[in-house]
Formats: sequence, structure tokens, C-alpha cells
Amino acid sequence: MKLKNAWPKYYKKDVVTHYCPGCGHGIVHRVVAEVLEEMYLGKRAICVNPAGCAVLAYLYFDFDVIESAHGRGTAIATGIKRSRPDLFVFTYQGDGDLSAIGTAETIHSANRGENFSVIFINNAVYGMTGGQLAPTTLIDMKTTTTPLGRNPKYDGYPLHITDVVSQFPGVVYAERVAVDGPAGIRKTKKAITNAFQSQVDGLGYSIIEVLSPCPTNWKMTPVDSFKWVSEVMTKEFPLGVLTDKRSKKD
Amino acid sequence: MSKVFISGNHAFAEAAIRAGCKCYFGYPITPQNELGEYMADHLRKAGGVFIQSESETAAINMVIGASCTGARAMTSSSSPGISLKQEGISFLAGFELPAVIVNVMRGGPGLGNIAPAQGDYFQATRGGGHGDYRTPVYAPASVQEIADLTFNAFNVADKYRTPVMMLSDGMMGQMKEPVLFPEPATKLPEKEWALKGRGEGPSRYMASLILDVMEMERHNWKLVRKFNEMEKHEIRYEEYMADDADIIVIAYGTTARIAKGAIKRVRKDGVRAGMIRPITLWPFPKKILNNLADRVKQFVVFEMSTGQMLEDVQIALAGKADIIFHGRPGGVVPTPIEFARIIYREYQKTAKMAK
Repeated sequence: MKLKNAWPKYYKKDVVTHYCPGCGHGIVHRVVAEVLEEMYLGKRAICVNPAGCAVLAYLYFDFDVIESAHGRGTAIATGIKRSRPDLFVFTYQGDGDLSAIGTAETIHSANRGENFSVIFINNAVYGMTGGQLAPTTLIDMKTTTTPLGRNPKYDGYPLHITDVVSQFPGVVYAERVAVDGPAGIRKTKKAITNAFQSQVDGLGYSIIEVLSPCPTNWKMTPVDSFKWVSEVMTKEFPLGVLTDKRSKKD
Repeated sequence: MSKVFISGNHAFAEAAIRAGCKCYFGYPITPQNELGEYMADHLRKAGGVFIQSESETAAINMVIGASCTGARAMTSSSSPGISLKQEGISFLAGFELPAVIVNVMRGGPGLGNIAPAQGDYFQATRGGGHGDYRTPVYAPASVQEIADLTFNAFNVADKYRTPVMMLSDGMMGQMKEPVLFPEPATKLPEKEWALKGRGEGPSRYMASLILDVMEMERHNWKLVRKFNEMEKHEIRYEEYMADDADIIVIAYGTTARIAKGAIKRVRKDGVRAGMIRPITLWPFPKKILNNLADRVKQFVVFEMSTGQMLEDVQIALAGKADIIFHGRPGGVVPTPIEFARIIYREYQKTAKMAK
């Protein structure tokens, strides 16, 4: 058996991330770097990183990155991909970025079937700003702006944006995965590979929603937060392929 | 190449295509719709990218995306839409990315109306978005000048790695004039800084987030050094009958054209009026105005606003001369007779005082 513990080529060495212990970002960063390496895409990749906890992702990713204003990632990615279709383009966005302030950009880039990929980290809170209500916050979940828990009468319901865009003809591949353990991480890698391959094949928009733990803002231990992803979060956001139109597109 | 009879909005677009603009992103808003429509047809035919975006905010961010790869990119809008673009313009300034933004101004605030106005002067010349920055602002006063200045705006944007604002109004956008366009640019500048994928080299990133305050301060002063260079090299203005003038009119864009009519009129009656027409609103031609004030003691500022450029004139003259302001905001287009009356009135006041 070949041990795969080599440092990914497109992940900077000798850097310590700013992420909290137990945060899912580090896992997804590594998975993205591994997939880019395995698919030989790192040299021509441009990532659009968000405003949010992953705003500093360019300190860790060892491929080209541009930062975006909060929510504007897919508009910037549109500009990059349309001006340079030969580049490999993806956004890396959180739930507030992608499904609150950037909803219009998300919906319309998906509806245009832009040929890039979206990595959507859903941890059900605003991480960087200290744990406020996100569109994806679960009902009854306590956040700093829903101190009594999310009450649908006041705060509305968890938004399933990946389900929404998966309905669009231009969205070729959409899957929801969770980095809640080794199996989940392997599935995440497979899903991201599928999404990236869709772009390489020129098929259109792909989005991978990754349910990801945020122990600090959930006020849980890392172990409990991973369990919470598996046992609670996936009930609201069921895992699986939401759309796969790859065989229908040539 | 012979002259073509073309509208201001079309001229913005045609000049941009000739300057090598590869990507245009925009959202419909009156009175500049013809610009995007022209791009949808002609830019696509020229092999470029046209996208009608979901919002002005999205459009300016698409510009950021295209510009970061080194492509010449442009967006256009009118006043309310330009407000929406300010977030992106601030990011362009922070990233030090070139872009050309056209504002075909209309009456405001709020939705206002769709008539020509000059109420966005403050927004354009003071940066407009959040943070400590300026953008060069060009104010064309003819369709020919729209063509020439837009073509040049792409060069200035690339030279300084800065967003550039074309500040015009509904009158400039809608009127047609004969125009001789510049020959298409054949050689565009190399952009070493552009993101192209790391290839065999080291990875790079573009960020406006600078958490270290000392480093942020250094970045701010770096931008200021760039702004100082622009102030040194990019100021443009037109002098009109200013040599022997006893009274100087200061006006830009549409208002300057009207003022020219007024000056011609009063000159017939022996009133020695002249004009300084700022072509760049930022950097503002302060020095020429200040120098003129050594000799001329009367300045008249005409604007289609309640007095915005007026403040720059006050700064420039530094109390050396009298300033009279006459403005027509809200989309009202003044007439040459109206301006002429103001010039007569002020001229006679001084003449009386001289006696």
C-alpha cells in the first residue's frame, strides 16, 4: 500500500494557518490542493477567495489567487474566465458570502452556466465576524444575533441555495458533501474532482457544497462539532448529488 | 479613416474597442443604454466579451476579474448605477487594477430623472467609494473629445494601474456629432503583474486586505505617490479667449459648451470674457487658475449642479479673486443667453466699482 502523506504540491510549506482548531477550512484547502495537483491544473489555476474566514487562503494556496469583496466571487470569476477561457477558475466561498450578500451573483453566474467551479463552505454561521446568523443557520440554532435560537417567524428558514441553483440548465454538476470524517473527506475529494472535470470538459457551472465544522462559533469541541455535522446538519442539508447533467452535455 | 456621424454613447464604445478594450460588462440604465447596445453588437464582432450583468455591482466585479488577467476592461452606467459600482471602484483602487468607468450623469439624488446633470462631481473626484484614494476623471465636451479621451483613458489606466472615470452627462451621451476616431491600438502594454496562473513561476495573489496597519499605511502612501505623479503629468484643460479676459468662466462638459456660446455673445458687446475648461476634473487644473488670479479678479463658475466644482475653484483661487456661482441642478439645461446675462451682470458690477 502506498501511503499518501506527501505535502500537496500546491499547498504552501512551512505556514501555520490562522484557522481555529477543528475548523473545516484546512481540510478543504488540502483537498482542493490535492485535486489540482492530481488533475495537473495548478499551473493554470486562479482561485477567487472570499471575504470571510478564508479571505487569507492565498497565504496557504500555492497557486494564483485573487481576493473578492464580500459576495462578489462569482462575478469576478466570470470576468476572469470570460477573458481567459484557457485558465482554470474556481471560487471558494462561505455561506454568508455565497448565499446572503452574493445571492444575485451566485444565481446569475449559475444561470449563465459560467464554465467555472464553486466550492461552497457551509458552516451555518458567520465565522470571521464572530458567529452571527447565516442564511444556512439551522432552526433553533443559537448564534450571536439569534441568542434565543433561530426562530423562523423572525429570522426565516435555512436557505438551500445549492438545491436552488441545481435546478438551472446551466448548472452541470452540484453535490453536497461533508468533511465530517475520513469517508466524508474522500467523498468531498471525489465531488470536487467531478466539478473540476466538468470545467475542464467545458460543460458549465459546477458547485460543491461542503458542510464544515466551526467549533469556535458553535461553542463545541472539535470532536463534538464533527459529530454535529454528521448527526444534525445533514438532516437539514441532506448529502448527495443534487444534479448531474454531465452525460447530457457534449 | 473619414469622419463618422455618431452619438456620444456610441463613441464611448467605439473608442474603447479601438483602444483594445476586450471586455465590457454593464447593466441597462438611461441615458447610456446605447453604449452597452453598441458593445453587444460591435465588441462581440471584434472578438471581445460583452455580458449584460445582473447588476451594476456584478458588472464592476466582472471588470475586476477581467482586469486582473491583464485584459482591458470597461463598464458604464448612469448616476444611480455608478453609486452601486463604488464598492468595486474602491477595490480596483486597492488592488491597483486598471479599468475605465463611464458615467453618463443624470438628475439626482435618488432615482432623480434621466435629464443631463452634473451632480456626481463630488463622487467622481473624491474617490467615490470607501477608503483613501482618487481616480483620474475626464470630462469630455464634444463627441470628438469623448472618442479621444476614452481612447486615452485606457492608456492612463494601464500606465498608473488605476480605475479611470469618464464623467459625462445625458446631453453628451445622446447628441450626435461628426467624429474622427483614433486608429485602433496595435500594441498594448505588457502587464507583468497580471494573474495568468503560476505556470513555472511562483504563485501570486492579489489582495486589498492588509491587516498590518503599518503596511496598510505604506500602501496608502504608495497610492498617494501615484496620485502625485498623475497631478504632475495628467492635468488637462482648455483655455478659451482667456489671454485678454477680465472675467473668467470655469465650466466643464456640456456646461462649458453652453458657456462658449455665452462668451461669444458677450464678446460682441465688448465684454472681455474667457474660459478655462477643466478636461481633467481630478487632477484639477488648480495652478493655471491660481496663476490667472494674479491678473483676473473675477471668476464665474457654471455648473449643472448646486455647486460642486465650485469648491475646487475656491481651493485653487485661495481667496485671490471673487467667485460667482450660477448652477442649474435637477436636469435643467441652461442656455447661452442665461449665462451671458450672468456674465454681463458681474462685469458691469466691477466696471461700476472701477469708476
